[in-house]
Amino acid sequence: MHELGIVKHVIKTLHDVANENNVRRIGSVTLEVGEVSGVVLDQLVDCWNYFREKDPLVKGAPLFVERVPAVTFCTSCEKEYPTVAHGKTCPHCGSTETYLLKGNEFSIKQIEAEVNEDA
Amino acid sequence: MIKVIELKRTVTDSNDRDAERLRRELKERGIFLINLMSAPGSGKTTLLSRTITDLSGKARIGVMEADIASDVDALKIDALGAESIQVHTDGMCHMDAGMTKSGLAGLETDVQIVFLENIGNLICPAEFDTGAHRNVMILSLPEGDDKPLKYPLMFQKCDALIITKMDAAPYFDFDLDAVKKRVRALNPMIRIFPLSAKTGDGMEAWENWLLNEWEKQKNA
Repeated sequence: MHELGIVKHVIKTLHDVANENNVRRIGSVTLEVGEVSGVVLDQLVDCWNYFREKDPLVKGAPLFVERVPAVTFCTSCEKEYPTVAHGKTCPHCGSTETYLLKGNEFSIKQIEAEVNEDA
Repeated sequence: MIKVIELKRTVTDSNDRDAERLRRELKERGIFLINLMSAPGSGKTTLLSRTITDLSGKARIGVMEADIASDVDALKIDALGAESIQVHTDGMCHMDAGMTKSGLAGLETDVQIVFLENIGNLICPAEFDTGAHRNVMILSLPEGDDKPLKYPLMFQKCDALIITKMDAAPYFDFDLDAVKKRVRALNPMIRIFPLSAKTGDGMEAWENWLLNEWEKQKNA
């Protein structure tokens, strides 16, 4: 279960963020997840819902996910196409000289946080 | 006070920083750490056994075996006189910088090169920086020449690819040139070492590369 490890890393990074920003508690977390980042969203959310209850910093905080569509660029015909439908082969010209423009993102976009007043 | 904090920070950011710190600390302690990744059964332990034997007198070697359970690999390494540490990941599919650091704290002798035998898996270990100075992947010939197409990230992350069990080439339809082409399309800088740890063919090129990279790290 790959997502379990990922959630642990998300929470570890959130602790760094909390220390840097004088955050007392996190109210919600928004992730940006690319379509081809290899993360299974249902499992990610299940693991989050399990782990958040064990950590006072994120207890009860909902996880929001923004999906980033994957787009590939063809260096032969210089057109873009959706990665998931066509993979590495360009649907316009048939070339495999292509590379991913976006879609493998996996980042914490923003958090809603309760900040200590004396900050 | 409630406020929204914009981050745009990678989810593994905290681990990435731990890994950078560990890389620096190890350099100061005079340790060169190699993260070895592969599928289960690729011949990691056989390759390491031969490497340890060949390099005895040139480097003091330690091996950190990361497994979900058991210590069968560690016992084989101990028998060669190299120091081995067994790390259990308790079900986790990869090693991260924190686990690597605590594992290394168990070293009892003054070693110079440490191999981290990561969990046998071609997906997760590629995503988490362990703090190693070099990443090396092992692909064994019977696994097939299509693996770069299936697990691109692993091939992108590695500094070197070792293709093991080359002595079995007559029995498999493994196209070495196709593998080299596929791997270089993903990672033009990668070094590729086809070898057989059983017959010893090709071992020297890999060992020379290793000693050379170690030298580079010492002077970096």
